[in-house]
Amino acid sequence: MVRLRSPADLEKARKRILSQRDPRKPCVTVCSGTGCHAYGCDKVYQAFLAEIAKNGLQGKVEVRRTGCHGFCERGVITVIFPEEVCYLRVKTEDVPEIIETTLAGKGVVERLLYQDGDGRRIVQEGDIPFYKHQTRTVLGNNRFIDPKNIEDYIALGGYSALAKALCKMTPEQVLETVKKANLRGRGGGGFPAGVKWETTRNAPGEKKYVIVNADEGDPGAYMDRSLLEGNPHSVLEGLIIGAYAIGSHDGFVYVRQEYPLAVENLLVALAQARQHGLLGCDILGSGFDFDVRIHRGAGAFVSGESSALMTAIEGRVGEPRSKYIHTAVKGLWGMPSTLNNVETWANVPLIINRGADWFTSIGTEGSKGTKVFSLVGKVNNTGLVEVPMGMTLRQIIYDIGGGIRQGKEFKAVQTGGPSGGCLPEGLLDLPVDFDELTKVGSMMGSGGMIVMDEDTCMVDVARYFLRFLGEESCGKCVPCREGIRQMIKILDRVCQGEGRAGDVELLVELSEVLADASLCALGQTAPNPVLSTIKYFRDEYDAHIKQKRCPAGVCKALVSYYIQPERCQACMICLRKCPVDAISGDKKVVHVIDQEKCTKCGTCLEVCPPRFSAVVKLSGKAVSRAPVLAGKAARHERRRR
Amino acid sequence: MRTVTLEIDGKKVKAREGLSLLEAARDAGVHIPSLCYHEKLLPQGACRLCMVEISRKGRARLVASCAYEVEDGLVVNTQSPKVLKVRKVLWELLLASSPTLASVAQQYGVTETRFESDVSQCTLCGVCVRYCAEVKKANALTFVGRGIDRRVAFVDEVVSTGVCMDCRECFGLCATGKIPRETDGACFDGLTVRDFIGGRHGHHA
Repeated sequence: MVRLRSPADLEKARKRILSQRDPRKPCVTVCSGTGCHAYGCDKVYQAFLAEIAKNGLQGKVEVRRTGCHGFCERGVITVIFPEEVCYLRVKTEDVPEIIETTLAGKGVVERLLYQDGDGRRIVQEGDIPFYKHQTRTVLGNNRFIDPKNIEDYIALGGYSALAKALCKMTPEQVLETVKKANLRGRGGGGFPAGVKWETTRNAPGEKKYVIVNADEGDPGAYMDRSLLEGNPHSVLEGLIIGAYAIGSHDGFVYVRQEYPLAVENLLVALAQARQHGLLGCDILGSGFDFDVRIHRGAGAFVSGESSALMTAIEGRVGEPRSKYIHTAVKGLWGMPSTLNNVETWANVPLIINRGADWFTSIGTEGSKGTKVFSLVGKVNNTGLVEVPMGMTLRQIIYDIGGGIRQGKEFKAVQTGGPSGGCLPEGLLDLPVDFDELTKVGSMMGSGGMIVMDEDTCMVDVARYFLRFLGEESCGKCVPCREGIRQMIKILDRVCQGEGRAGDVELLVELSEVLADASLCALGQTAPNPVLSTIKYFRDEYDAHIKQKRCPAGVCKALVSYYIQPERCQACMICLRKCPVDAISGDKKVVHVIDQEKCTKCGTCLEVCPPRFSAVVKLSGKAVSRAPVLAGKAARHERRRR
Repeated sequence: MRTVTLEIDGKKVKAREGLSLLEAARDAGVHIPSLCYHEKLLPQGACRLCMVEISRKGRARLVASCAYEVEDGLVVNTQSPKVLKVRKVLWELLLASSPTLASVAQQYGVTETRFESDVSQCTLCGVCVRYCAEVKKANALTFVGRGIDRRVAFVDEVVSTGVCMDCRECFGLCATGKIPRETDGACFDGLTVRDFIGGRHGHHA
């Protein structure tokens, strides 16, 4: 490995790497993100190596492990270049067939291709609807790069933005470019990154810090993990450029303990960057010094808050403090500190290389560029999606996500993580950007997007997120700690069928106090799931409180199971399977559930044969009836009379 | 030391730079309620009872007066409708967990709470913890747990050195009187970290 002493050295290195690579040579890439690891990508990778050796193809075929492709539910994802044949759900036993058909021959293994709703098979990754409607500027390189090999990143032009910034631009010019691009923070607040950088740059302090926030803690969200794991150098390059613009020589990456692969790949990336002279003293011969340390978080959601995160790096308990003086002015160890999220930093090299005008050509008036979302829940295609700001919720959920699973009805989409809001069908055509989401009572957050179908109870959802926040709050300030505690109590009783008139109003009043009086953004935004569900799904609250009914049939205390006597064939299946012997009846005698004994486990509904479909879940209370004869026996009985 | 001039509840007030709004107000004879403020301790901003409304350039917002420093030309309202509403709900929340505060809450016109009682008798103002750390440098008390499970605990290793026997200054600092009441006013013998002062499940509760 050679230390790169100038931008010319970097360019030379890039040409050398490219000259050693033949773009026509077949290359098997195996996705090695955390999702695919769970599916056994290690074994698939090893199987490819072994099979290639067995078939005498060594040297003729390259095998590469890459970053996360984002379509994680279909892992292990394998793409074969140069044809870009994309195989999904690849298992070790599929490897010999792939070698034989696609590498030895030039055919495709049909059964491993993506199949759309009409049964059509799609060969190339880019043609799969999940990918076709995305704009992958930040995530795009994940699929080409082995995150443990800096040469892969350099080959694609990596660190050229850094070279440009350090050697062709002044720090002020870099700052102006980022400001002009109007890059807004991807971590939640949407605060303009350039303005934050400028504040830190101009603030007095002998030392200045730049920090990567990789404390991604939203349930179901993993945008930052995939970027750090899959393309760590892109984040690093952005950070170094930011440090140069700000005048900082010390950087930190605050990464969750729960992200071992991200830490592993990042450590490798840091070591390789140092060896290449891209970190440390006199970076690329520019005279600029900068290095980075990793701080592993101890698993607290609230540590993602800027003052809490900095307190944690200082070695104290990660609790937010009053921020009447912003951390950009007085942050880590009292020094000016700029904290940006992983995705924000990863956008910086793109902006420097392609210019602010390119960046502002994507997106909406107030929100520029793309945003990565973690699309999860009841959609057909779940995974990481990157779209231009301003794409509508409907496009994301239906065109990319492929609509709702099992043909069910859409009910709500929750954006922005646990403290975001739940938006109803009427808002599906909302263009997704920072300001539009805030206007309707939700937020961008770091990009969580949870889709819910008709089987979701919105009161229960609000309670779920509040419980999460109640556990993850630091517990320091009264409104957040005691407010959330009481809100959970109120929602508990509503879900139990013990809601009272005035409960909704009390929730709203508490919400206002939390928003106004809490110490940090966690408490200030904690009411969002409650307020948004009250705003858009008030009828569900009313059904729980006034009619003691859970319309979605989720809240156990408010549902009951009932066997429709006219459909029951007295087959004895549910009667035998009921774990609490709550079902009476006999052969030829219609089965009846004893509502007193029933624990509402739903087993009877599950086991009742679909051709009978006699068991139904009722919202509200069912009436027990005396056993009556079923089916044939009943007809026989009628005839007898 | 420079001084700044600001307006608190319509009164022109001169205050030393670096002072908090709460301190400046008290010096000027304007009373703002608080539980977690203590003159010897760093501001905590935890109880939020000291929220006041400030306006600058026509924009109003609520801040914790114990943590917000005085500024020239700042207009402060300690009795705005928003402040009074927040204060009332905060007292109600506190009463649900610490009914012994009833007489204090009454001074601010709050006599009952609409919230379900869940008694811990600890407001987690943290005066005991911070006093023990910042003033006594003993660190015999600490916060344990997070979120709605947060509580105060004695640190067994420190208590067992006997440091608490001669001090007991936290007894008088406790707003609800929980510490003297539940430690029997005398004995720390046999206390472990599990003996949560603020806990709802501790064996003293």
